[in-house]
Amino acid sequence: MIGLEQVYWLAGTMFAGVAVRSFGDRANRRRFGNTAFWGLLAVSFLFGSELGDLANGILVLALTALGAGAMGLGAPRTTSAAEREKSAKVKGNSIFAPALVIPAVAIVGTLTLGKVTIHGVPLADPKQVTLIALALGILIALAVALLRFRPPPLATVEEGRRLCDAIGWAIILPQLLASLGAVFVISGVGGAVGRIATTWLPLGHPLAAVVAYCIGMALFTMVMGNAFAAFPVMTAAVGVPLIVHRFGGDPAIMGAVGMLAGYCGTLATPMAANYNIVPAALLELPDRNGVIRAQIPTAIPLLLCNIVLMYLLVYRF
Amino acid sequence: MSLWPLLGIAVLVIGFAAGVNPLIVIVAAALTTGLAAGLSLLHLIAALGKAFNDSRYVSIIWLVLPVIGLLEREGLQERARMLIVRVRAATVGRLLIAYLVLRQVTTALGLTSLCGQAQTVRPLIAPMAEAAAEVRLGPISSCTRYLIRAYAASADNVGAFFGEDIFIAVSSILLIKAFLQQNGFDIAPLRLSLWAIPTALMAFAIHGFRLLRLDRRLERLAREQQQ
Repeated sequence: MIGLEQVYWLAGTMFAGVAVRSFGDRANRRRFGNTAFWGLLAVSFLFGSELGDLANGILVLALTALGAGAMGLGAPRTTSAAEREKSAKVKGNSIFAPALVIPAVAIVGTLTLGKVTIHGVPLADPKQVTLIALALGILIALAVALLRFRPPPLATVEEGRRLCDAIGWAIILPQLLASLGAVFVISGVGGAVGRIATTWLPLGHPLAAVVAYCIGMALFTMVMGNAFAAFPVMTAAVGVPLIVHRFGGDPAIMGAVGMLAGYCGTLATPMAANYNIVPAALLELPDRNGVIRAQIPTAIPLLLCNIVLMYLLVYRF
Repeated sequence: MSLWPLLGIAVLVIGFAAGVNPLIVIVAAALTTGLAAGLSLLHLIAALGKAFNDSRYVSIIWLVLPVIGLLEREGLQERARMLIVRVRAATVGRLLIAYLVLRQVTTALGLTSLCGQAQTVRPLIAPMAEAAAEVRLGPISSCTRYLIRAYAASADNVGAFFGEDIFIAVSSILLIKAFLQQNGFDIAPLRLSLWAIPTALMAFAIHGFRLLRLDRRLERLAREQQQ
């Protein structure tokens, strides 16, 4: 059965290729830092499941140290702007084909992969079909691109390295934030926040409860980087006891709008790295908070809308 | 329950505000919080390692990088630019509104991985938006270019966040349902999805309005640049 483990091997192989090519890149003064970082990331993807928690933890600390202070920008072989301009004219819109293969396979795969069985064993882990289908789509797109454009043999690795180096240390940020979330959970941060919310806030009015719940969702999401972490804490502390039990609000409306109030916080925090910080790196913005700056003026009025919506609806249905 | 674990949040806020590398800030915050809660250092490092390992799935999207890189080497971004130049009515704002609609509607149908920062914004939407600005306003400064890219990324995020909850099988809906169930409320996912629609419309109205205003801001920036 194909599961996530096999997809991780694929990613590990890619990072290993990036590490090897980084090692030979004399244009990068810090090439050893890059080699070590991408190499360790390859180890995590290839062997992470066998390593044990403590070894994985040490690996995380090493990646952090390398990522924060030891990486430079490689100079992979690629085409010049003029060559690209010319190639774009010659190839025409067929150049989009491989890019469209990815979503097409991802959708079809998501709908079908879980149902294919060989001797009664499912071909792909039914719980992970979306990610497996995405990886399959990428592989097929790669094959189409290689057959169609016939680039030099190492171009796949070199182009991967170009984009990996452009993202740099930010590539592990989403996973590191998940680690922080786990530590927050075992340390009881959620309970402490809930206690502050209920003891220090004036919550004697139905409107006050809605305001505290929505703003609390947004703020706590900003701290955790993830509305999923904030939802159980704020809903247990304010949502269920006050909005539902004391003031008779509707739990479905509270939950749906409350989660979206949290998403307003996601728009405004560097802690939501994969949405805000990684794209800034991916788009090569000099200001790593550039995406957040573009989103805050949407997040604030939208949070107000959520508060008004919840107050108007939650006590009525 | 002790309030000391909240020290980690203070470390986060101060660290980010002081511009320290986020990787260092996050590890420092995790260690501060854990130690304040009375956990041993080894236990903490193991917890960091386990969560990092368990969340490798968020990094699967990076498999797309070699493919996007190969296409870029053949002129993908340049082709995307050529395509948009032919559309006379295209402005940055209108293009990004169209993308916002596409992103919101497709995620509402459950097709979250159809678009994304790595697979659509970097290779297609950002270069198209930059080209739309160049056609209308002439050569643009690098500051303006970065601003346009940031807005392209924001259209993807706003569309994805405020579209996905309309789809009934998305993880956030299932989380809300599961949590409310533990508290004694049995709620059909469809009801949760329906109540996500008003906010989705508001999000479109607010961000769409701001994207239209972006066009005017870009015109103003271009005029200032010429003077």
